[in-house]
Amino acid sequence: MSDSTQMSSASVIEIQRLSRSFGDKRALHEVSLSIPRGGVFGLIGGNGAGKTTLIKHIMGMHYAQSGSVRVFGIDPVAHPVEVLGRIGYMSEERDVPNWMRVKEIMNYTQTFYPAWDTKYAEELREMFDLDPKQRIRNLSRGQAARVCLLLALAHRPELLVLDEPSSGLDPVVRRDILAAIVRTIADEGRTVIFSSHLLDEVERLADRIAMIHDGKIILHDRLDTIKESFHRFTLRFEQPFNEAPLILGTIERQGAGHEWTYFCRGDRDQLIQAARTLRAEIVQESLLSLDDIFVSNVTRS
Amino acid sequence: MQIHIHAQDGVPIYLQVVQQIKYLVASGRLQAGEELPSIRVLAEQLLVNPNTIARAYRELEAAGVVEKRRTAGTFIADSGSPLARKERLKLLNDRVDQLLVEATQMGFELDDVLKLIQQRGLVLRQPKREE
Repeated sequence: MSDSTQMSSASVIEIQRLSRSFGDKRALHEVSLSIPRGGVFGLIGGNGAGKTTLIKHIMGMHYAQSGSVRVFGIDPVAHPVEVLGRIGYMSEERDVPNWMRVKEIMNYTQTFYPAWDTKYAEELREMFDLDPKQRIRNLSRGQAARVCLLLALAHRPELLVLDEPSSGLDPVVRRDILAAIVRTIADEGRTVIFSSHLLDEVERLADRIAMIHDGKIILHDRLDTIKESFHRFTLRFEQPFNEAPLILGTIERQGAGHEWTYFCRGDRDQLIQAARTLRAEIVQESLLSLDDIFVSNVTRS
Repeated sequence: MQIHIHAQDGVPIYLQVVQQIKYLVASGRLQAGEELPSIRVLAEQLLVNPNTIARAYRELEAAGVVEKRRTAGTFIADSGSPLARKERLKLLNDRVDQLLVEATQMGFELDDVLKLIQQRGLVLRQPKREE
C-alpha cells in the first residue's frame, strides 16, 4: 500500500511475509499486512480461506513458521501478557466454560485484565439483558454471544478482534455486535479488526479491507479506494462482434453483437477514453458492491 | 429522520446518506433549522462507520444543505438557498421525465402533454368543484 511505510510507526499490527502450513495443507502464504491505528479493518474471505488462522497468529495462538507478526510492535507469542491485556477478543467458536454462571465468568475474566471496568461491565450486562445467575450452558446462542462480547469489551481494549462475530446469530444479536463495533471506534484511537463472510457488514463498517483467498491476500486497501477502482460499463459498438475487443484492465466481459458489458479495474477516465478510442458508446455504467468485487477477484485468482 | 442503507447496491454509503437527506429536505420532511442527529448517534442507528457519516455531513455542508453551528450541532440550512431549489428542481425533473416517457409510450405528442398540464393546472386551482 502506498502509505504502509509511513504508517508503519502508527500501525497496530505489522505482519510480514507470514506463511503457515498444517501438515501438507498450506493455510497462509506470504501474507503481509499493515493495519493502522484507529478505524475498522475488515478481513474478508470464504470458509477455509485463512481468516481464522491469520487472526490466531495475531492473538499469539500460533507461532509464525516463517515471516513475522507484531502487535503494538511486540511479538505476541513471546510476550502474550503484554499483548493480550490490550486486546478484546471474540473467537468464532465463542468458547467460554459453559458450567460457569454469567457473574462467575465475568469475575474470572476480570482477573486477567488490570484495566477491567467493573461499572462498564455491569452496564453491558444490563444492556444485553443477561441474568448474572444463569449458567452459560443454559443460555441461548445469542445470549452466549452477548456474554462473549461483554468479556471482550469490558476492559475497554485498544484493539478489538472479532472473528466472524455474527455468524449464525439472529439479526437482533448481530445488531448489538455491530453497534459495539461502532461505539468502539467512535472513541478516538481504538481499532477494530473483524473477519466476516457477510460483505454487507464489512461494507457498512470497514475503513480498510483485506481479501484473503487460499491463504493469500489478493486485495488490500482502503475500502473507498477499492470501490473507486472497479467499474462496470456496458458499451455499444458501431459494428457487432463475436468477441468484444479487450480494454486495458478488463477482468471480465460478457455480451453479444453490438452490446458488451465490461467489468474493469482501473481509472474511470482512462476506461472511458479507451471506450472512445474503440468508437463505442457507453450506454450504461453501474457501481459495484463489495460482493461483486469479491466474486470477480476470487474467480480470477 | 428515516434513512435506509442498502450496502449491496454499489452506491457508496456516504452518498446514500447524502442523497436521502437531500431528498428529505427537498420534500419538506426535514425543515430549515431542524437539528440532525450527531455523527455518533446516526452511525449507531444505521450501523455504519462514523467516518462515513462524518463524510456525508461534510458533503452536505459543502453543498449548503446543512450548516454546523458553534455549539457543535448540525442543522438543516435555510431552504431558501439556491441549492435547495436546485435539489427540488432535480426531483421535479425526474417526475417530468417519467411523465414524458409514459406519454410517448401511449402515443401522445409533447404539445398534447403541455395542453393537458395547463388544463389540469386550471382544474387544480378550483379546489371546491368536482372535476
